[in-house]
Amino acid sequence: MRNGALFQLILLRFREFIREPEAVFWNLAFPVLLAGGLGVAFRDQPADVFHVAAVTQQLTQSLKQDKELAVDELSPEAAITALRTGKVVLIAEPSTNGAVTFRYDDTNPVARNARLIVDRALQVAAGRTDPVTVSNTILREPGSRYIDFLVPGMVGLGLLNSGMWGLVFSIVDTRRRKLLKRLVATPMPRHYYLLSFLWWRLILLPLEVGIPIGFGVLLFGVPLRGSIIELLLLCLLGAFTFGSMGLLIASRAQTIEGASGIMNIVQLPMWIVSGVFFSADRFPAFVQPIVKALPLTAINDALRANMLQGASLSQLVPQLTALSVCLLVCFTLALKLFRWR
Amino acid sequence: MPPAALRVSDLKKSYKDVQAVNGLDLEVFPGECFGLLGPNGAGKTTTIEICEGLTEPDSGVVEVLGLSWKTNAPELRQRLGIQLQETQLSDKLTVRETVELFRSFFREGPTAEDAIALVQLQEKRDARVGNLSGGQKQRLALSCALVGNPDLLFLDEPTTGLDPQARRQLWDLIIQFKKDGRTIVLTTHYMDEAQQLCERVAIVDHGKAIARGTPRELIASIGVQHVVEFSVGDQAVDLSHLERAPGVRSVTTVDRTVQLQVTELHSAVPAVLAELNRQGLPLTQLSTHSATLEDVFVSLTGRHLRDA
Repeated sequence: MRNGALFQLILLRFREFIREPEAVFWNLAFPVLLAGGLGVAFRDQPADVFHVAAVTQQLTQSLKQDKELAVDELSPEAAITALRTGKVVLIAEPSTNGAVTFRYDDTNPVARNARLIVDRALQVAAGRTDPVTVSNTILREPGSRYIDFLVPGMVGLGLLNSGMWGLVFSIVDTRRRKLLKRLVATPMPRHYYLLSFLWWRLILLPLEVGIPIGFGVLLFGVPLRGSIIELLLLCLLGAFTFGSMGLLIASRAQTIEGASGIMNIVQLPMWIVSGVFFSADRFPAFVQPIVKALPLTAINDALRANMLQGASLSQLVPQLTALSVCLLVCFTLALKLFRWR
Repeated sequence: MPPAALRVSDLKKSYKDVQAVNGLDLEVFPGECFGLLGPNGAGKTTTIEICEGLTEPDSGVVEVLGLSWKTNAPELRQRLGIQLQETQLSDKLTVRETVELFRSFFREGPTAEDAIALVQLQEKRDARVGNLSGGQKQRLALSCALVGNPDLLFLDEPTTGLDPQARRQLWDLIIQFKKDGRTIVLTTHYMDEAQQLCERVAIVDHGKAIARGTPRELIASIGVQHVVEFSVGDQAVDLSHLERAPGVRSVTTVDRTVQLQVTELHSAVPAVLAELNRQGLPLTQLSTHSATLEDVFVSLTGRHLRDA
């Protein structure tokens, strides 16, 4: 076993990985730091207040009656500056005959909400009484926060990154060094070389997936509502799909620069449209079929459905199909095109 | 005569518009060190890579250890030791890890420790490959070629780019391998390397073996024992008298340097000095040496190995 060629090749993968501190950082620590940073930045602030500005003392007094508003009294010029720099989301200005004008950006959902609250505060201060009495029961459900959305996305992104980085740089560098040719000149079975990458991805997978998920579950209470076994199967399928994409990119490239270019062309669209940081549903309907067919969208949607909604694999047929087709096409092409020198 | 360890006949290989190998024939016998000597671009590497089963020839016969690549590739891979030009082994592995990796591909051979000892790298056993000198890297490459206890060892330009001391050290190793009875095929563009290491040499130019034999035979074949070289700066020399001078076999001019192939140094040198004196030309450089494989190449092609 210890002297077996496959074992030695897997050991080679391990040594090359562990002796490259950058690779360890980008693979394992970076996704956690990113998710942590974003989770803190976009955490749901309880009973958030809207920062608004008023330009007269009278308006300021009226608005301060409402607990959901934080009001600054500013000169008209200072108020405009504050609005432009995002310190306030709305300005209340007096108009003729006691009327009031709101100045805000209607494409900003926060500003639109602030407008409703400010309007309510002014009307109530002027003596409006509401015909219906309402009371609130607050329900905060884990699974609908931004961090819940983000953690499965980071897992998907991590699978993509390590499939690409782990395979492409290693293979292309080996080819550039003419070491691939040297290996082929030995009795080493060629499929062992490719198998060593497969095994290495398998060995690294629990860490790669376990770290961001464990981090989300323990620190932020991200739910795991689906079957853990099915979650692992999804990760495995994702890892092999992205691994085969990496293998295809590495199959002919002679230089790291050339391979990096292709990697960026492949990865960049997915980083943007595949719903890592925000929902892929935001893109227009006519591009949705393409967006949904991308492997990163498929794995992100599937991971979210499993973790947040507790969906079973049988409910994820479109995503599983997209991933499997990509895996088969890339792997077959890669084996056909692979240049052993 | 024993069966050949390597037999190549009428080998041809072209790349796009370059005919890299053009009808080359070779025969290497067990236990000898055979050299392919020729300038860069002569087709040596293409030839050796075809013999190593790494490149497909266009036509011709290649028989290695009596086997053919088409039918016996796995067997041949086990029995050949190969060192390629310009392989960079993984910088992040140590010497021992690298040799262990290569050892794992072969069914038999020395232990990794012994293979490291064969190339005298014991004290660097735990050093990273990235921290080795050029000569040490080349010795490690040799060690990787030896781990399968090969019946035939291919070395492609084993000392190119090394400093003189590292070259010397590598030569000593190769001489030791010869004493162990290994069959070696090496390529080189250093005539002194071929002369030092090889029992027999094929001089390769433009994809053909233009001469074959022991270094001694090849040097004798040009019929001269010595070479006299001189130059007179920018001025033109009338060579007609020198060509008829006693002991001079032939006269050639390469890059303003006049070269005389001579049989008797003691009569040729005075003749040169007398002739230059008669023509009133200043002597700016004069040297003599015993004939070498370099002179064989010059007399066969009219070019020097180094600038061919």
